[in-house]
Amino acid sequence: MNLKTDESLERLVRAQVDREVAALKESQPEHRVTLVVFSGELDRNLAALVIATGAAAMGMKVSIFYTFWGLSALKKRRIFKGKSLKERMFALMTPKGLSKMPVSKMNFGGAGRAMLKKMMSENQVSSIEDLFALAREMGVKLIACTMSMDVMGITADELVDGVSLGGVATFLGDAARSKVSLFI
Amino acid sequence: MAETTLDARGLKCPMPIIQARKRLDALPPGEVLAVVATDPGSVLDFQGWMKTSANFELLGQEESKDEQGRRTFIHRLRRKS
Repeated sequence: MNLKTDESLERLVRAQVDREVAALKESQPEHRVTLVVFSGELDRNLAALVIATGAAAMGMKVSIFYTFWGLSALKKRRIFKGKSLKERMFALMTPKGLSKMPVSKMNFGGAGRAMLKKMMSENQVSSIEDLFALAREMGVKLIACTMSMDVMGITADELVDGVSLGGVATFLGDAARSKVSLFI
Repeated sequence: MAETTLDARGLKCPMPIIQARKRLDALPPGEVLAVVATDPGSVLDFQGWMKTSANFELLGQEESKDEQGRRTFIHRLRRKS
């Protein structure tokens, strides 16, 4: 074998190794967390936001997909105009925002929520509103599921600003690159 | 070596981590941040964070008592680059 073929062989091997290393890097999960928030309950949403803000502080990229009852967390107001009777009923029966969510146990018509909020503040635990604001400030990506928005008759005008709209592939696209994915 | 202190006493999860991150981001590389917390969960929290972090390191953790007699946990963190 002469020197020239040696060099070209080395080039070939190097190119192949580079390609394989690039493919391997591509398939590695990123420093990323993806959450699905399906629940419209205060305590579960608190858990989701604690994880999201904690992960953001640890330098992880965070996406939260809000779907079905979880969409209430993104509501800034209710709109009844232009909705069908069933959609208006849904708007009336679902909480208008994080602050109005019931707790998943011992809600007792809102008394349980009031008590939990009081106990949180007595224990110097950040309020859910503060954590939500903090999550946004730290660059947590918020995505609303358009399919469940349609089913429940929720329009983009009812949601807080800066929310992206997406579907299952948006979630999977982020989740597939994540080290941590949770359904809450 | 220059050392900055962050008073995280009374703060509950996840605030000690979030406040620490904000302070670390403002510090020049190599400088040490001492986080003083009262949350006993912060011991494993800072270990967990530093296990996954390439940019920061945990120099040490110690337990102490503050002037009010509260149990405190001091976490020394350093920004690597």
